[in-house]
Amino acid sequence: MPMLRTPEQASPMASPKSFIWTRRIVLTLLLLFVLTPVYVMLSSSLKSLQDVQGSFKWIPSSFSYHPYIDIWKTVPLAHYFLNSLIVSVSATVFSVAVAIFAAYGVSRYRFPGRRIFTVTVLSTQMFPGILFLLPLYLIFVNIGNNTGIHLQGSRLGLIITYLTFSLPFSIWMLVGYFDSIPRDLDEAAKVDGCGPFGALFRVVVPAAVPGIVAVCVYAFMTAWGEVLFASVMTNSSTRTLAVGLREYATQNDVYWNQVMAASLVVSVPVVAGFLLLQRYLVAGLTAGAVK
Amino acid sequence: MTATAPPRSAPEAGPSGGKSAGGGRLRLRVPTKLRQIGLPYLLLLPALALELLIHIVPMVFGIVISFKKLTLFYISHWNQAPWANFDNYHTAIKFNQPVGQALLHSFWVTCAFTVLSVGLSWLIGTAAAILMQDSFRGRALLRAIFLVPYALPVYAAVITWTFMFQQDTGLVNHVLHDQLHLTSNKPFWLIGDNSFWALLTVSVWKSWPFAFLALMAGLQNIPRELYEAAAMDGAGIWQQIRRITMPSLRPVNQVLVLVLFLWTFNDFNTPYVMFGQSAPKQADLISIHIYQSSFVTWNFGSGSAMSVLLLLFLLVVTAVYLLLTSRRRSDADA
Repeated sequence: MPMLRTPEQASPMASPKSFIWTRRIVLTLLLLFVLTPVYVMLSSSLKSLQDVQGSFKWIPSSFSYHPYIDIWKTVPLAHYFLNSLIVSVSATVFSVAVAIFAAYGVSRYRFPGRRIFTVTVLSTQMFPGILFLLPLYLIFVNIGNNTGIHLQGSRLGLIITYLTFSLPFSIWMLVGYFDSIPRDLDEAAKVDGCGPFGALFRVVVPAAVPGIVAVCVYAFMTAWGEVLFASVMTNSSTRTLAVGLREYATQNDVYWNQVMAASLVVSVPVVAGFLLLQRYLVAGLTAGAVK
Repeated sequence: MTATAPPRSAPEAGPSGGKSAGGGRLRLRVPTKLRQIGLPYLLLLPALALELLIHIVPMVFGIVISFKKLTLFYISHWNQAPWANFDNYHTAIKFNQPVGQALLHSFWVTCAFTVLSVGLSWLIGTAAAILMQDSFRGRALLRAIFLVPYALPVYAAVITWTFMFQQDTGLVNHVLHDQLHLTSNKPFWLIGDNSFWALLTVSVWKSWPFAFLALMAGLQNIPRELYEAAAMDGAGIWQQIRRITMPSLRPVNQVLVLVLFLWTFNDFNTPYVMFGQSAPKQADLISIHIYQSSFVTWNFGSGSAMSVLLLLFLLVVTAVYLLLTSRRRSDADA
């Protein structure tokens, strides 16, 4: 498993002054570039309305926690939050479950069509979303008209759509993790009388927990941040944060302090999760590029 | 796992008993074997079914409706929509007519945007990864901070940038005009010519961390001995970077640049959150252009035709790219 914490693998030569100074300058500039929006988000969310309506101020003239209270009243943010949570959690659970089975099949069995399957699934990741947005919308509308199953505008339709978005990467990552678990372990389990599913759930899954957690975070992030399909496939009662927050920020009279507070609130769960698990995620996300 | 004997010996565990078994045993064997062949397919079935439903079927369906006259009137009974033959394609590529002209303009804007965004993201990612190859104090913290743009939900990040680009209350104009006095008045960033540069800034901010990540991982795979040997030969650090690091990163770069290209070329989220449904002409990326010509005018037929053209273009570019880079790689290996 490729891990990123091996500082010993650095180049052995002592770095010359020119290198160290280049490093200091470039990395400082990058740090400013990366953190400026984060600072703006944080500082503006603590400003009063007056402060964000005039010329920009680096330091708030007074600190106010009111934006964090007002966001729940000006727009139905709690409702959007709940929608996003239901959709993202469901999509994550189903996507990871489906990915575990598929990855187990690809990792442990050799069968005709194995390569075609992996290539097809991965290549769907690269297609422009706009390409299947229109037909999918029509399919959902027509399924609703003919069978009464409401996929268009419902959370169910969004869940099904989102779970396929994270599926290719999830399968890819999990195949890598499963491959690194010795096959002798599941053979031993089979000798002990486990079927293939017993071997999967008693041996492979427990051994791949870090990988599975990373895949969960990835799937959740994908669903939580999706904008395009949410903008077409939701209505006022199923609206997710992506659409709700964007509308919040494009009103005629935008309360920027509130919008920044809301942006911060919806970002904290995913950023925290990502940073906590970054070691596993990074290994999985980049495994394909490194291979 | 305990070593208790299974009540019934599994077929893999007891192949010796097979020969002496009677006909009853043979009958059982066929389904077992079938099950073994079928098992991997059964495992893949849910994934395959979902990919079919959400990606493959809609894509085929999209190609079909690109040949139809599918307007708002036919949306709930699309099979009654009349065939349009190649009309939708003709409209899309008649570059002297308004529709074709707008599409071509959007295509060129997207090309320029993609080349600049991918190039800058790759450059910044490479620089940061190489500069952070050696360990130094604060390296782990810095790496975590650099991943924040990648981890933030797209809309939260882009909305913040939109606030920074506001003409009267934004940070950008405050710094450029009020603090540095570089401009005589406060320019608009979200409309007009500047909108292209605003969009590019946000795009690079968002995508360079991925390049950084992939290249950091790629650097881990370079054997330490290479650097030691080069150092013994008297190569300085800059020469080591040029002669060892960059060539070793070539396989990573091959995949990375392609992935960045496809993501950036198809980017919808950034312009949509920044500009809404009608992006300024100077920042009218292809995805948002197609979205607008489908969902704002409800002309799904021509929107699908444009999507198919986009797909063809991406397939050709990807194929040519892979062909060229793979040949160069095998040349280099030989």
